[in-house]
Amino acid sequence: MTAVFKHELRMYFQSLTAYVFGAFLLVIVGIGAMLYNLQAAVSNFEYVLSFASIIYAIIVPILTMRVIAEERRQKTDQLLYSLPISTLQVILGKYLALLTVFAIPLCIISVYPVIFAQYGDVYLPTSYGSIIAFFLMGAALIAVGVFISSLTDNQGFAAGVCVAVILFNYFSVTLSEYVSSTANGSALTLFVLAAGVGLLIHYLTRNDTLACAVGFTLMAVVVLAYFVNGSMFEGLLPEIMTTLSLFERLDVFVNGVFDLTAVTYYLSVAVFFLFLSVQSLEKRRYN
Amino acid sequence: MISVQHLTKYYGSFLAVNDVSFEIDDGHVYGFLGPNGAGKSTTMNIMTGCLSATSGHVLIDGHDIFEEPDKAKRLIGYLPEHPPLYLNETPLEYLHFVGEAKGLHREELTRQVTQVMEKTGITAMKNRRISNLSKGYRQRVGIAQALLGNPRVIILDEPTVGLDPLQIIEIRDLIKELGKTHTVVFSSHILSEVQTICDQILMISKGRLVAFDTPANLEKRLLAPNEIRLTTDAAPDTLRHILASVTAISQLTIEENTGRWTVAHIRTDHQDIYELSRTVYLAFAASDCVILEMALKKGTLEDVFIELTESGAAAKPAGRKEA
Repeated sequence: MTAVFKHELRMYFQSLTAYVFGAFLLVIVGIGAMLYNLQAAVSNFEYVLSFASIIYAIIVPILTMRVIAEERRQKTDQLLYSLPISTLQVILGKYLALLTVFAIPLCIISVYPVIFAQYGDVYLPTSYGSIIAFFLMGAALIAVGVFISSLTDNQGFAAGVCVAVILFNYFSVTLSEYVSSTANGSALTLFVLAAGVGLLIHYLTRNDTLACAVGFTLMAVVVLAYFVNGSMFEGLLPEIMTTLSLFERLDVFVNGVFDLTAVTYYLSVAVFFLFLSVQSLEKRRYN
Repeated sequence: MISVQHLTKYYGSFLAVNDVSFEIDDGHVYGFLGPNGAGKSTTMNIMTGCLSATSGHVLIDGHDIFEEPDKAKRLIGYLPEHPPLYLNETPLEYLHFVGEAKGLHREELTRQVTQVMEKTGITAMKNRRISNLSKGYRQRVGIAQALLGNPRVIILDEPTVGLDPLQIIEIRDLIKELGKTHTVVFSSHILSEVQTICDQILMISKGRLVAFDTPANLEKRLLAPNEIRLTTDAAPDTLRHILASVTAISQLTIEENTGRWTVAHIRTDHQDIYELSRTVYLAFAASDCVILEMALKKGTLEDVFIELTESGAAAKPAGRKEA
């Protein structure tokens, strides 16, 4: 694992990736800090993070698009398979390298609140709580990016899908106000989503039995639940969209609450997508 | 050392490898021979744990490649068909990474990296970017990578494909050199290559192992009949008359008369072509006719190869070792 970690880290710093990523993050946070903390003279650094969080839609794909897609294109994934290291170690090594690249600009950013504190009253616990949440959210999104990169051998495609997914997640709370909140609409959407899950499993595992079993079971559950208790679906869809939003949970920290549920949620998302990435790599062996 | 047992691999509904079993011992060079798409790469990928088998087992020194991948993979060095190189690294950086991944540290790592670069002749190139190296050198970096960790078996998938003749000779010499210290398994679709380098040949066709023997034995056991091309001053009818007494002849064809001389092709199923040649000679001597030219055409490994791979009828892998 350390070998993969060191190798990846060296590659990021030899290419422009790490620098472009860091520069983007620092610039947007810098602009935010200037607008909020300097010009508007607000002492809350956490607002800057809330403002800057949209940058993830650009920088996470920059960071993660090549992580596995490029290995496939260069056929170096065969080397990884033949080395005496497990797929899990490969993914973890890569992920930790990504987190390191991500943590470096964040360390620089962590200095800002202290600087501001020299010139006024800054409530540091909220600032640092938010920075931690900002990091965890980034970590979760990077895991999503790693997974998307593992699905294809085309970096551009991986980046595109990653941007779309993160933007959708960012706007999902806003969108949830516009989607149908009626029981019928929610049930129908969930039914379609269940079918989608089945298709995704089919794509990932090429196992028709498993895909059909999961897909049809979920669809059946939706249908059954709808007929047993239709009112349950009232407003369910907007609620799900809000719950799944990673960005919505950052605001809880910004408002001064260190929310352990959100921390758990971020970590779960990261673990879940890393698990999927491992499966996706393993799947290549079973095609 | 390596034991492959009833290996079968389906890609969807396509049968790529069909119930292949063989055993590879220590200290030989093994050649994997077969036309393109015969299942060579697939078999090698499965042997090295890069691909899963639909059924069957691969044991490396008693360790199953899927059950105990860590132990098994340490015993193998593998160069896939496309050398898996990170193009914007230098060979030195690349080999350090692979060495570390194979569990080497500090002095041992430096020592082995220097050693394999020496062995494969890439020391002079160690600080150039791999993307700037020629194909031959890239192949060498790939082989160097496989040698790291000093594995007992080196598996090379078509190591000479796409190289120029000089590079091919260099790589072949390198393989021979490696054969002295390691067990080497390499695949190729070029017959002469396998014939000159290998102690043992595994022929694979349409996913089946059709032969597993030494080059000499394969030639001996050839299925193509021996043939004698005979030029004589005897008229076709006389010729037929003379040869009627030779029972070993299974087929006699006489070319359209092209002037003074008669050209005939004699085929036999008998293995000993010299014995036939002797009989023919004596028959002619007794009949007062002259043999102007007698060319013996022995079945070559080429014939065996074509016979075995084209016909596809060889259901039972002949000469197969007990697996």
